[in-house]
Amino acid sequence: MSIEVRHVTKSFGSFRAVDDVSITVPTGELVALLGPSGSGKTSLLRIIAGLEQADAGQIFFEGEDATVRGARHRGVGFVFQHYALFRHMSVFENVAFGLRVRPRSSRPSRAEIQDRVMGLLKLVQLDWLAGRLPSELSGGQRQRVALARALAVQPRVLLLDEPFGSLDAQVRQELRRWLRRLHDEIRVTSVFVTHDQEEALEVADRVVVMNRGRVEQVGSPQEVFDHPATSFVMGFLGHVNIFHGRVEAGRALLGPLAVDWPEHAAAEPRAAAAYVRPHELDVARAAEGDGGIWAVVRHVNAAGAVIKLELEAADGGALRVDMSPERHETLAPRLGERLYVQPRRLRLFLEDAPETQG
Amino acid sequence: MPETPPVLPPSRFRHARQDPFWLRVTLIVAAAGVVGLLIVVPVVHVFTGAFSKGAAAYWRNLFGDPDTRHSILLTLTVVPGALLANIVFGLAAAWAIARFRFPGRTLLTSMIDLPFSVSPVVAGLMFVLVFGLQGYLGPFLQSHGVKILFATPGLILATAFVTFPFVARELIPVMQAIGDEEETAAVSLGASGWQMFRRITLPNIKWGLLYGIILCNARAMGEFGAVYVVSGHIAGQTDTMPLRVEKLFQEYNLPGSFAVASLLTLLAILTLVVKVFLETRVSPERRHVH
Repeated sequence: MSIEVRHVTKSFGSFRAVDDVSITVPTGELVALLGPSGSGKTSLLRIIAGLEQADAGQIFFEGEDATVRGARHRGVGFVFQHYALFRHMSVFENVAFGLRVRPRSSRPSRAEIQDRVMGLLKLVQLDWLAGRLPSELSGGQRQRVALARALAVQPRVLLLDEPFGSLDAQVRQELRRWLRRLHDEIRVTSVFVTHDQEEALEVADRVVVMNRGRVEQVGSPQEVFDHPATSFVMGFLGHVNIFHGRVEAGRALLGPLAVDWPEHAAAEPRAAAAYVRPHELDVARAAEGDGGIWAVVRHVNAAGAVIKLELEAADGGALRVDMSPERHETLAPRLGERLYVQPRRLRLFLEDAPETQG
Repeated sequence: MPETPPVLPPSRFRHARQDPFWLRVTLIVAAAGVVGLLIVVPVVHVFTGAFSKGAAAYWRNLFGDPDTRHSILLTLTVVPGALLANIVFGLAAAWAIARFRFPGRTLLTSMIDLPFSVSPVVAGLMFVLVFGLQGYLGPFLQSHGVKILFATPGLILATAFVTFPFVARELIPVMQAIGDEEETAAVSLGASGWQMFRRITLPNIKWGLLYGIILCNARAMGEFGAVYVVSGHIAGQTDTMPLRVEKLFQEYNLPGSFAVASLLTLLAILTLVVKVFLETRVSPERRHVH
């Protein structure tokens, strides 16, 4: 079941939460809506579910206009951020709820409900907790009950709002791998909202990066990470070092750095910035070629699989460099030492300018 | 027994609990004295007064007099009527206020409190103004043969008005604390409005609702001022139990007056017991809510 969002706009008072968003989710895919808080991702999810009314635009399920249907009739499974389990019902009854409230004509028999609910609880590995109340479960268990409850109505679309948002780091890691495996198993078209880029990149087939109510980029995790379309995407998907400056006559002058940028051959100068990821900076004792800058080592964090260096450039700007432990061992940088930092790869973006590049 | 003095200098680490012994004793005696003098002694007196002529006379006073009998029956009709009205209204108002943002919401919230601040006598007069023969609706109602003032409907209306805030005020914070997420979840799972209310909302608020009903019931049974005005105080027709107490008292029938009063007091004590029991159910429920 594919989802198509067409030109959806939603305002709360004067705040434009979702601004003319159009996206398509192909059948069976697991898509992440990724963005900072206030980027409109949750509003968009709730609009798809029918829990929120769009001011303009339409939602199509498998080509059929779902905008006119209320949440009750959309056939959507929704997993709430804080689970929203029915606190007075057992785990079993929570999962059975969606089946029990069906009109008599389409309601499964008692035995069928029993089978279906226990089957789902087995799927989420909680069949041994069927009789417990939600308050007796851990956060991760509640999350899985919420998921089983949403799946019980055999939704055409599964929507998850910050599914791992209120869990601690370890459970979160475990649960998101589990969700990925579950999705591979049941293959229901799913959209989940997250502000955690790592989560989005690890779990999703495709990532929709949102900012200020608009879609910045849509692509596979690798696409958005390696080829960010905008400076926002670049900055949001991990740490970056930013060099501000200007571009004129095919050359970008970014503080101490100067690089060719042939796409901008116009003589008229424009504000620009270069974005470099910490692992894309090479550090050496001696200047090798040009296009690099000198910086002083201020801090070394040698714990972990990646060694993190903090350096201070001559203009006072802080730089972060990631390197492998092997490289760290051979270089052995000392605090206060001057090193030559050279970007292996950088991405140039125009600043404060209309998005028409070139 | 005075507590052992702490090791640290008491002047710097003094607690409220470490008030001097004489102060604690004085405060406890004063509080107990006030409760005893103003509550316990009068309540005991009501019962001794009621039984001053013996148990047989007590029984006769309550059920031998047709007017008294009627007043008990009338109270047992008026109170459920007012309760029912306030359950419906209280649920509707609490739902509207806790679940929606709309213009006039703050006004509605404070209007619910109005009956607490308006004197019941004034409330009664307001009904006379609306439904009386000189009032706005009186002539119209009379021409259609509907009797509200000096009849049971007027008593129910006046009682409902005065006890208006109890259910709503009890439910609003409960519903706000519980939030609407579970209800939204129910709808997204395909529940109709009624299914959502019956299966999700009602079980979540039931103890709060019951608590509100108990308080409302206690207040409704004892209502005097508003009912006094709208009833016309007709013995055997519109006298409720509190009105009957006053009338018997005026007629110097003290044992009769105390007998009815003792019945009201008994109902009040029963209410208190139920209320204490409910409080132990309501408060843990509230503590669970984040």
